[in-house]
Amino acid sequence: MYDMKALYQAADVADAVALRLAHPEAQIIAGGSDVLVQMREGKRAGAELISIYGLDELRGVSLEEDGTLRIGSLTSFSHITQDPLIQKYVNVLGEAVDQVGGPQIRNIGTIGGNTCNGVTSADSASTLHAYDAIVELTGPEGVRRQPIHEFYIRAGKVDIREGELQTAILIPKESYENTFGHYIKYAMRNAMDIATLGTSVNVRLSADKRYVERVRVAFGVAGPVPLRAGTAEALAAGQPLSMDLAERFAQAVKEDINPRDSWRAARDFRMHIAVESAKRAFIESVKKAGGEL
Amino acid sequence: MAQMQTVHFNLNGKDVERTVDVRASLTDMLRNDYRLTSVKKGCEVGECGACTVLIDGEAFNSCIYLAVWAEGKRIRTLEGLLGPNGELSDIQQAFVEEAAIQCGFCTPGFILTAEEILESGREYTDEELRKLLSGHLCRCTGYENILRAVKKTMYQRLGKEVPQV
Repeated sequence: MYDMKALYQAADVADAVALRLAHPEAQIIAGGSDVLVQMREGKRAGAELISIYGLDELRGVSLEEDGTLRIGSLTSFSHITQDPLIQKYVNVLGEAVDQVGGPQIRNIGTIGGNTCNGVTSADSASTLHAYDAIVELTGPEGVRRQPIHEFYIRAGKVDIREGELQTAILIPKESYENTFGHYIKYAMRNAMDIATLGTSVNVRLSADKRYVERVRVAFGVAGPVPLRAGTAEALAAGQPLSMDLAERFAQAVKEDINPRDSWRAARDFRMHIAVESAKRAFIESVKKAGGEL
Repeated sequence: MAQMQTVHFNLNGKDVERTVDVRASLTDMLRNDYRLTSVKKGCEVGECGACTVLIDGEAFNSCIYLAVWAEGKRIRTLEGLLGPNGELSDIQQAFVEEAAIQCGFCTPGFILTAEEILESGREYTDEELRKLLSGHLCRCTGYENILRAVKKTMYQRLGKEVPQV
């Protein structure tokens, strides 16, 4: 038995909004792989829960008319990885979420929960930052769309307002079009571990595949919230492909990141693996895009 | 006063309904209300995999799944793999033959995840199988025999010879 004060099960999104307004203290539960564990640990003991797990309308990946990739907030990690649209347009997202926890966790864990809990180590978060994803929130006033880097306020705190719930994550076409990416999770174990550092890179090459048209790099656990390394991105944009460029790009990430010392790893170690991961992920992304270094 | 709710679902092929406390996990309901004790209580925080069951064909840790979420779902436990007279299924038999069992606590969970893997009808490499089985902890066998049992059954079901190393 969970130490839960009450459970309210939403019948649809409108009902979820109504329940949020009626029970402002209640915690939303999606798949529960964070919330129920925290409840078991006593952190959320005695809480009221609003379950949105039954809302099938928030599951699945689709392409909107303007080419925006729409990922329902309750889509599980395993379904994201298996989805043909994800594999075709944002391969790196499917590969990144395939490194969350273990297989059973990937069947229950949702991308909405992964982003709403606001942790910097979330395996989906760095890739979503690197793609300038938009978070869709539905509340009493209707739908609100917010860039993901504004959605994260501070460690463990995201911008979900009174009565709101996250209903989708959107990736605009101009962001994913013609890109190839790679994610590196650095952790102590291959499974059932939290990232010491997560690095997500995606590149768009010129038509002749000799120049970097655009590169994006974002990190998890390189700061209190997931963050982009704009200096490195600007340095590599428009440059001809070379191993030297990969090296300079990787070194430049140090300008933007600010990891901390924790029991998992020292700041200096995280700085070191951030540079190395950025380099490797850049090289791998270029290869996937058909470029040569 | 406990908050109760009636859930309707299919359990090991049979349509059932139960009125449960909303605070119950699926593990609680399967063990206490249905005496399906193959569903083990291990870590109870979704790390060890001992409580794994199949829900609509996918493996889930039932310890971090609310019992009321079972509504409308098709749930299978190890007991559901047995034949009408208690015969072992191929994957269970393979665990016996390969000595993939010692204390047996992790076994039901492993076998259900194996069942999800096998039902995909795909042929996986050893590396892929290791990753697919990585949500289970075993403190006895060291995993090699478990991997062998799953691999052997995979090839059997695909109608192929197990490659000799």
